[in-house]
Amino acid sequence: MQEIPTVEQLAAKGEKPEVVFWVGCAGSYDPRAQKVSKAFVKILQNCGVSFAILGNDEQCTGDPARRAGNEFVFQMTAQMNIQTLDNYEIKNLVTACPHCFNTLKNEYPELGGNYNVVHHTQFIEKLIEEGRLKIAQAEQKKKVTYHDSCYLGRVNGVYEVPRNILQQMNIELKEMKRCASKGLCCGAGGSQMFKEDEPGDKRINIERVEEAIETGAETIAVNCPFCLTMMSDGVKAKEQQDSIMVLDLAEMIVENQKWES
Amino acid sequence: MIQSIVFSIVTIIAFYFAFRQFMKVRRNILLGKEYEITGDKGKRWQNVALIAFGQKKMFKRVIPAILHLCIYAAFLFTTVELIEILIDGIFGHHRFFADKIGILYPTMIGIIEILSFFAFFATLAFLWRRNLLKIPRFHKDEMTGWPKLDGNLILIGELILLIGITCMNGTDVLLQDLDPTHFKDTGTLPISSWLGPALFGGLSEAGLHTVERFGWWLHVLAVFGFLNYLPKSKHLHIMLAFPNTYFAPLESRGKMENMPAIMNEVKSMMDESAAMEETTEELPSFGAKDVMDLSWKNVLDAYTCTECGRCTDNCPANITGKKLSPRKIMMDIRDRAEEIGSTLDKNKEMTKESYDDGKSLFDFITKEEIYACTSCQACVEACPVMINPMEPILALRRYDILMDSSGPSDWLPMFNSIENSGSAWTIPGDRHNWAKSE
Repeated sequence: MQEIPTVEQLAAKGEKPEVVFWVGCAGSYDPRAQKVSKAFVKILQNCGVSFAILGNDEQCTGDPARRAGNEFVFQMTAQMNIQTLDNYEIKNLVTACPHCFNTLKNEYPELGGNYNVVHHTQFIEKLIEEGRLKIAQAEQKKKVTYHDSCYLGRVNGVYEVPRNILQQMNIELKEMKRCASKGLCCGAGGSQMFKEDEPGDKRINIERVEEAIETGAETIAVNCPFCLTMMSDGVKAKEQQDSIMVLDLAEMIVENQKWES
Repeated sequence: MIQSIVFSIVTIIAFYFAFRQFMKVRRNILLGKEYEITGDKGKRWQNVALIAFGQKKMFKRVIPAILHLCIYAAFLFTTVELIEILIDGIFGHHRFFADKIGILYPTMIGIIEILSFFAFFATLAFLWRRNLLKIPRFHKDEMTGWPKLDGNLILIGELILLIGITCMNGTDVLLQDLDPTHFKDTGTLPISSWLGPALFGGLSEAGLHTVERFGWWLHVLAVFGFLNYLPKSKHLHIMLAFPNTYFAPLESRGKMENMPAIMNEVKSMMDESAAMEETTEELPSFGAKDVMDLSWKNVLDAYTCTECGRCTDNCPANITGKKLSPRKIMMDIRDRAEEIGSTLDKNKEMTKESYDDGKSLFDFITKEEIYACTSCQACVEACPVMINPMEPILALRRYDILMDSSGPSDWLPMFNSIENSGSAWTIPGDRHNWAKSE
């Protein structure tokens, strides 16, 4: 991986990137999600996209605080982010986290922050359309099931983009019983990621992974760092980690490419 | 003559009491806060046409959708027939329109008969589904007692109505031959022309007259009964589905309601030079504790809910055995609004603003329920009549967190971490360390 410039470094040279990669807390700190960040960076670099990250200038968008009910914390972190983005005159954002995507896109405008925000699957689709990215075929045709994240799917209506990308990868797409607008949550949204479950019969991620296992898929494709954690935990709990991989779409693309770096 | 007088009195009483009840429902809905209606009116009417009138969202499940469509269509057309019943009843006519609108009349009655025929079997199928088939959404904890009875009463009422129509039309066909001056020719009717003779062929003329009047009055009284029962019942959706769909927000689902008071406070904290908003004496209240803190659209949602349970059926928390059921949230809001309404009726000096009975929505909805929500919007997606159960859940959370400083203790480190380190987790080191290490 080549070095990734920060917006600050570029600004010092008087430069501005085409797009800012909004990494998010999970993408920055969670070891598993960091791999997704790196995979997406590989795609950006190999496609010659001029981009930068914010580094320490980036803060949590505030989604978990807002969904938990803590509007004060949300507003504080959101205002800081808007200040940062506006100071650097940033207009275009891409993020691999549907929660960041939703908050930046749908909630910041009312707070005074207006940006063009896309999810990384949308960005990848655009790269393909523009001919900048050619999806390499997997050597072996694998069975893949796609798990819709709530915040990309039901909340923002993006169901087809990730499926279109998957279809270009020489895979056999096996849909789960509950998919697209009927897709079942992984259990982490609404700030559930940060607390224990209420008493019940089972965890939501177990229910979802059982459904994924039923499809006979070898890979569960996801588009969200929280889904990634929940589905991976579920697969481990079902002791299927040797036969089922949980991967972000960006990772699946990179896996097949014959890129040198 | 006597019949006309009796009918007029019964009609006036039925409409008077129904009107009073509907005004109370309206009052209870308006207990809610102001709700801003924004966006394109054309789009709103389109939603009414497709989702309320066209039942688009019902067709995600085909079998119940078809059964429901039979009853719904029969209901719509029978309502047209009511105009004639009112004219006949008040002025002592019999089938006022029969010789006035030509072929349209038998066509109309024919359509009603065919739809009623299907509705009869659909109603039986619904009773069977609701009571004998083990469909989980009809057997959740909140569906015992009154809600269960309510569901069955509506279906039984439907059957009574259909029996009334059958008696009325079936005997009419036979009486047209015996007394053609009073019983006007309706031509051949698709159901009554064969079902009438089959059921009532053996009766004397007097017997036929009695059954015809019995059927007519049964029909009328069932309709008036319905009208007065609706405001108390989950069945109110037949009316409120239309305004509820119209008023449903058009903007992105992903946007939680902004809280300008907090936004401005934070803005002034961050920017000393920004003009401070005049601080009011009164401390603002955040989130929702009671019906008065919800928007009137939230309360309209609650009154529109027909307790079908599609929301609960799709709720990941409920599916995995948690206590949260979005349907129960809506039922609780309506129950609480009814409770407030009846307290206001008894205490005339009380107003919506000064209301205090020592209780709140938290006496109906537990924290265990509201904190199990993953905000996945499956309930919102599932509702055929555009109810949003998630919004009140998150509004209750806001009250609990902001006003009572309560809520899951697990969340405190996350709140602190965002506030102090700008990240949802506190992890030492730079945010971009991942980008350096290979």
